[in-house]
Amino acid sequence: MAEVASPTALAQPGGWAILRRSRVSMLALWFLVGLIIIAVLVPPFLPEELKYTSKDSLLPPGAACTARQGIIYLCGTDLNGHDLFYRLLTGAQVSLGVGLVGALLSLFVGTLYGMISGFAGGRVDAFMMRVLDVLYSVPRILFIMIFIAALGPYLTDGLDVARLWAQAHGWTTLEDLMITAIRYSRIIIMVICLGLVEWLTMARIVRGQVLVLREMTFVTAARAMGQSSPAILRLHLLPNLATVVLTYLTLTIPAVILDESFLSFLGLGIDDPAASWGSLLKDGAQVINPLDSKWWLLFFPATLMSITLLALNFLGDGLRDAFDPRSRSR
Amino acid sequence: MDRRRSLEPLQNSKPELEPGSNLRHHAGCMLGFFIRRLLSAIVVLWLAASITFVLMRSIRGGPFTSEKAGSEKAIAAKMERFHLDGSLWEQYSAYMRALATFDLGDSTKYLDWRVSELLAQKMPTSLTLGMVAFIIASIGGVLLGAMSALWRDTWVDRTAMIGALVAISVPTFVTGPLLIALVALWLGWLPVGGWGTTRQLVLPSLCLAAPYVAYVARLMRNSLLDVLASDFLRTAKAKGLRDGQALMRHAMKVAILPVVTFLGPLAAHLLTGSMVVESVFNISGAGSIFVNSIQNHDVFLLGGAVIVYCVLLQLFNLVVDVLYGVLDKRIRVYG
Repeated sequence: MAEVASPTALAQPGGWAILRRSRVSMLALWFLVGLIIIAVLVPPFLPEELKYTSKDSLLPPGAACTARQGIIYLCGTDLNGHDLFYRLLTGAQVSLGVGLVGALLSLFVGTLYGMISGFAGGRVDAFMMRVLDVLYSVPRILFIMIFIAALGPYLTDGLDVARLWAQAHGWTTLEDLMITAIRYSRIIIMVICLGLVEWLTMARIVRGQVLVLREMTFVTAARAMGQSSPAILRLHLLPNLATVVLTYLTLTIPAVILDESFLSFLGLGIDDPAASWGSLLKDGAQVINPLDSKWWLLFFPATLMSITLLALNFLGDGLRDAFDPRSRSR
Repeated sequence: MDRRRSLEPLQNSKPELEPGSNLRHHAGCMLGFFIRRLLSAIVVLWLAASITFVLMRSIRGGPFTSEKAGSEKAIAAKMERFHLDGSLWEQYSAYMRALATFDLGDSTKYLDWRVSELLAQKMPTSLTLGMVAFIIASIGGVLLGAMSALWRDTWVDRTAMIGALVAISVPTFVTGPLLIALVALWLGWLPVGGWGTTRQLVLPSLCLAAPYVAYVARLMRNSLLDVLASDFLRTAKAKGLRDGQALMRHAMKVAILPVVTFLGPLAAHLLTGSMVVESVFNISGAGSIFVNSIQNHDVFLLGGAVIVYCVLLQLFNLVVDVLYGVLDKRIRVYG
């Protein structure tokens, strides 16, 4: 292990070339890019009739809209007459957004924790790793459920105070921002809680890399020249960690998306007018029965979500093969 | 000691100690290890109980506010009965005093039920489900991963690893309904849901285990490949060890260690993951306790459930650590 995990292997050019040669990873990448573009750009252009509840309850895919001529429901409608296609796309915005922001948050916490632990070494390191072990063995998702239930209302209150304050000072932009934030406060609290939980693996990986890197001559040289520890961490270690962190970011996104859908599926996540893939699947799973199956309510969200998670995992694995010195040695 | 990272056995790292003189020393260290683990377990439990209690008590609206015919006076009486009427600190210390005598309290939703009774009724279901899934995930994962590593880059390996990635990516609440539709409704081989018979256990436990079979298989494959390429095995081969089975025994003993470290987190994942599986397969287990008690603000029931889960996981991790020490001679568990 010692001979392969050198920082030169990390910084070596050619990682991107390896990634580009992997056909599956590139396919996954293009799928994700396409999905994000469609999820962001298409919903505003859909006809207004599709965006709200209607009388067209539980119509199969391809059925025509009764309110206006010439509109068909591509993926059918749900119990409240929502167009499933529209909800899939807005759900994609929520799920992908939660995944990305949550993963970024976990990246921040995990990298900081791992760098401090690895760089400090000795007893501090041992203690921080012991804390990590304990956190690994605690049913974390339970605490997320409690955190969201308890802290959600306080966040809404806080945002409302900020809104009133902005109103009093006549800052309309901030006021509008707060109004939007209050509408999505449930999602915001969820992102924060998930991000503060999924950082454990990231911390462990970063720490391992720092342990190797800090023994390198360029770190010794920097220290000999009188650079402070924070400066060494920032200027010398962080750049060398970039690709590893990027790889595990890609692998954390699907984990956060899964957590979010887990909570929404249990009814503790996204509330009804808004939708995420998890809440759509919850609606779909409720109507499954042998006699009159509303298959589209389950089929479309399940397929879209599975393919997206698969693509993220394929891309993450590809990145790991390309950049992780340990797996390249094989 | 960092036992998670280096996999290659260091031949010279086992100091040859005098057998007789170290026996007492060994026992003393072992005792110290257990005491330290016990203390850390108590700290974890105390933190878990405190966080749960304080957060649940700071949710707006108490456990009785949603009741219809509850006059102010009746609610106040109930709050007093449950020691929920004082300041947060008074409530908390009353709860901690009760916990110190192993009293989990009464449910505020299901009046006349003690938390321990409710848990005793629902927990066994979830634990059985989790245990079966645990066995499937660990054994199935190890076998699959070992096969992949041995037949590396053949169709066996490729199918297994693509299958593993699919199993990790597809969430249980997708596989669940899919299995129900396919095996239960269409083929009619197994019951759709419910609990009680062995046949009803098959689908939920498979569904719960699937992603973790995949995870363990990937872990096992990578670790076995590492070991097969390592120096000590090369030395063994160079010295003329031709017997494939003996070689495998050597390699497996070391390669299985990362899987063993994952067993603790695996148990935690399975216990929480069973919530969704229970909901999909209509099983009345501990999952509903968590979801309902959060929604009903049932402080004591939720606290009790969290505590029981944490106790179980702490105990399990202790067993895993001891097991690790037994498997890996380089590690002294108390080190």
